[in-house]
Amino acid sequence: MSCENDPMAEIRASFFVECEELLESLQDSLQVIEEGTDDAETINIVFRAVHSIKGGAGAFGLEPLVRFAHRFETVLDALRAGQIQVDVAALKLFFQSADRLSDLVRISRDGGEPADSDALLAALDALLGEESGGTETAPEPEIAFEPTGLALDLSGLDDGLPALAPLPDLMDLSDLDTLPELDPLPDLDALPDRPPSTALQHYTLRFTPLDTLYETGNEPFLLLRALQELGGAHITCAFDQLPTQKELTPEASYLSWTVTLETEAEAAEILSVFEFVEGLCTLELSEAGPAAPPEVAAPPDAARVSSDPTPEVSAQTLRASEPVPPARLKPAPEAAQPEPKPATPPVPPLKPVAATPPSPPAPVKSVVRVDLDRIERLVNLVGELVINQAMLSQSLETANLPPHGDAMSGLEEFQRLTRDIQDSVMMIRAQPVKSLFQRMSRIVRETSAAVGKEVRLQTRGEATEVDKTVIERLADPLTHMIRNAVDHGLESTEARLAAGKSAEGQVLLTAAHRSGRVVIEVSDDGAGIDRPKVLQIARDKGLIPQDIQLTDGEIDNLLFLPGFSTAGAVSDLSGRGVGMDVVRAAIQSLGGRITITSTPGEGTCFSISLPLTLAVLDGMVVEAAGETLVVPLNLVVETLTFTAADLSMIRPGQNVLRVRGSFVPVVDLGAALGYRPPSEQFDSAVALLIADEEGRRAALWIDNILDQRQVVIKGLDDGFYRAPGIAAATILGDGQIALILDPSDIIARAAQIAPRPAALKTGTSA
Amino acid sequence: MTAQDSPGSIELLTFRLGDQEYSLDIMSVREIRSWTRATPLPHAPACMRGVINLRGTVLPVMDLAERLGLPPRGQEDRAVIIVVSQGETLTGLLVDAVSDIVALTAEDLQPPPDLGAGAGVGMVSALTLIDARMVRVLDLQATVTLGEGLAA
Repeated sequence: MSCENDPMAEIRASFFVECEELLESLQDSLQVIEEGTDDAETINIVFRAVHSIKGGAGAFGLEPLVRFAHRFETVLDALRAGQIQVDVAALKLFFQSADRLSDLVRISRDGGEPADSDALLAALDALLGEESGGTETAPEPEIAFEPTGLALDLSGLDDGLPALAPLPDLMDLSDLDTLPELDPLPDLDALPDRPPSTALQHYTLRFTPLDTLYETGNEPFLLLRALQELGGAHITCAFDQLPTQKELTPEASYLSWTVTLETEAEAAEILSVFEFVEGLCTLELSEAGPAAPPEVAAPPDAARVSSDPTPEVSAQTLRASEPVPPARLKPAPEAAQPEPKPATPPVPPLKPVAATPPSPPAPVKSVVRVDLDRIERLVNLVGELVINQAMLSQSLETANLPPHGDAMSGLEEFQRLTRDIQDSVMMIRAQPVKSLFQRMSRIVRETSAAVGKEVRLQTRGEATEVDKTVIERLADPLTHMIRNAVDHGLESTEARLAAGKSAEGQVLLTAAHRSGRVVIEVSDDGAGIDRPKVLQIARDKGLIPQDIQLTDGEIDNLLFLPGFSTAGAVSDLSGRGVGMDVVRAAIQSLGGRITITSTPGEGTCFSISLPLTLAVLDGMVVEAAGETLVVPLNLVVETLTFTAADLSMIRPGQNVLRVRGSFVPVVDLGAALGYRPPSEQFDSAVALLIADEEGRRAALWIDNILDQRQVVIKGLDDGFYRAPGIAAATILGDGQIALILDPSDIIARAAQIAPRPAALKTGTSA
Repeated sequence: MTAQDSPGSIELLTFRLGDQEYSLDIMSVREIRSWTRATPLPHAPACMRGVINLRGTVLPVMDLAERLGLPPRGQEDRAVIIVVSQGETLTGLLVDAVSDIVALTAEDLQPPPDLGAGAGVGMVSALTLIDARMVRVLDLQATVTLGEGLAA
């Protein structure tokens, strides 16, 4: 597609963004169905998502996408009509189709060879079976838009209409009862599967399209035809609004229809015919019962309140994207103009997303799409603002102003505002982990299919918000962990049954905020880590000494050693030589840590703990050897004071501190950083007890604790000089730069107590 | 960005280090700042004075005297930092004082004589005479790039 340089490119780009949203709501709804709620609305959302993608794809001439979406949609339509039932196999097929659909969207956007979809399509068609095979599977002719004035392509109709005669004959059209003859579709009642008619209801429906309905490329004929499928319909057209030919505006809507419907369908079902034209027409539906016909509230009006801006957006998009000639609507008899089905029915693009259930229907939110670069810039500026505010307050404090004067109270307000702005900006970058989790559910499907296990992924806490960068950089490690859980964590089906478990393995993926960090856990209900085997492999590979005795926790941590793989045979999926060590490195580069807990026979749980953002850090500002330094607060376990009596020397220059019965190595921070020679003055010394990602602990001996505050992280130019023990820098209130420590690096460098691989150190190391 | 690259006229910023005069192509100079205390980086090579806050970005500062192997300066509060750009990266060069801006042509520059190994060799790309004083023209690339030995 060579759209890069033309004005269509932008519209096209926004189509793909919409596709992402639609695919997300598609996944969501399928998941809801999988959980057992297959109500009509959920199925509708699935249908609408596929339908909208197809529509948009048609407008952009994305043939493979349209073709696949169409077949998928046909099946979903049958599902919607209740002709087929959702069972496990069908749902699996739907998930696969949704995956394929998202592949095709991606390929349409980025280019590439589409995979062969024939098998999937055949399976979809098979789902329709004979029930409706004759009618529904026949693909609607894929119609290219004819940019001519009168697109009166009647090929799909059995016979012509008198309406095709020139305008003067228009008035003869009043009897639209002829419509059934136009309908190539058999009456639904004729379908074998249809339950026998029970109670036929009589409805009267008055349908008046607004101008916008035509502008957005909708076709009343198709709507009326859809009504007809619900049962016996008697349709009359009202011409009373039709002006004389002189005054007739081609784009305006003059006609309305009254439909008397004899059907067993519910009122909601009738109205659902018009769901794509919500807000584009007025509808009055009344039930002709024995009593006075109760007025059914017309939903379009209600819907218009909530989704008002969306149809407009889509209308604009479509108007620009669709080569609709203005003359298309010229000869007023819209109903008699059986134009090919528009390739782009205007579906409010945000609606399916907004209407997405999980459980409580979320209110419609308006959303702005912003370039990430702009947000980055804003984040940087706010960082500057925070630094500036700190500098200002510092200089005001030293100016000996009256403590309750205007300047000082104004400063307080300024501080509060700055903090609020910073929090809000950080919130802009935060995104729910849902999109990430959805990708994982696909990984589970594919992996479980490849290894022949039945696996069910459950997710919790999808709404948990994390910094966008963190989410992006989490995708790879998480994919690997999920594959591991399915491939290695869960036993084979036979082994599960033998162990008295259900055949279907469970993988649980959760996210939650816990004390200022995000905790993401991947757990399975498999056999747990086979510790003797792990130990044997590590010994065989020479990763650990032969005679070493390890605790269970240490054995579990062997999985993080580079070059470790437990799979007996290297499988296709995991065990490509990229091991958990890479996962751990990726997590650590995000400032996070990963831990394993495993219970034999019951399963394994990997827990990732991450900072909420990469841009700011809660730090403890400390002083050592006259330098101001920042220690990440999340690593500080407690602060201590000690004297020489609390210290014991292990060897010269290496002391341990007794902390409630356990010994912790002491790191003289000023000396470790090379700022001063090692000191021996221990009178009421201050120390920070810190614990790093692996749970190793150390006491950082510092001169003084100055402050505890949020600092803006500034990267250090590593290419120039990489300082050991330093993670980054920040700018303090006085404009000076303070270095942010990387405590685990300092522990590793200064303690020098690691004859064992670093990965083995657990919380009990002393 | 050696001086020989430009055939026509070249403008040099000259500055003092101790009693020696050095110069840099002025096109690589971004700004000149008065001395502020740098935050030292742990275990950094001696010529790395640390980092300073340049309007919100972290700027590494190099002590040029130390880098060129000159004796350490006595007084620091008069020193200035010349901010130079090398591609995308900014570096601060700590010098004793900035003297002048002079315009020269390529013919005024002479290649330095080959004096064998030693500190500062390769960093001086040319010599020139200004008012009968010898001024060394620094090769910025060679100056701000720490060699393997220094960076380790």
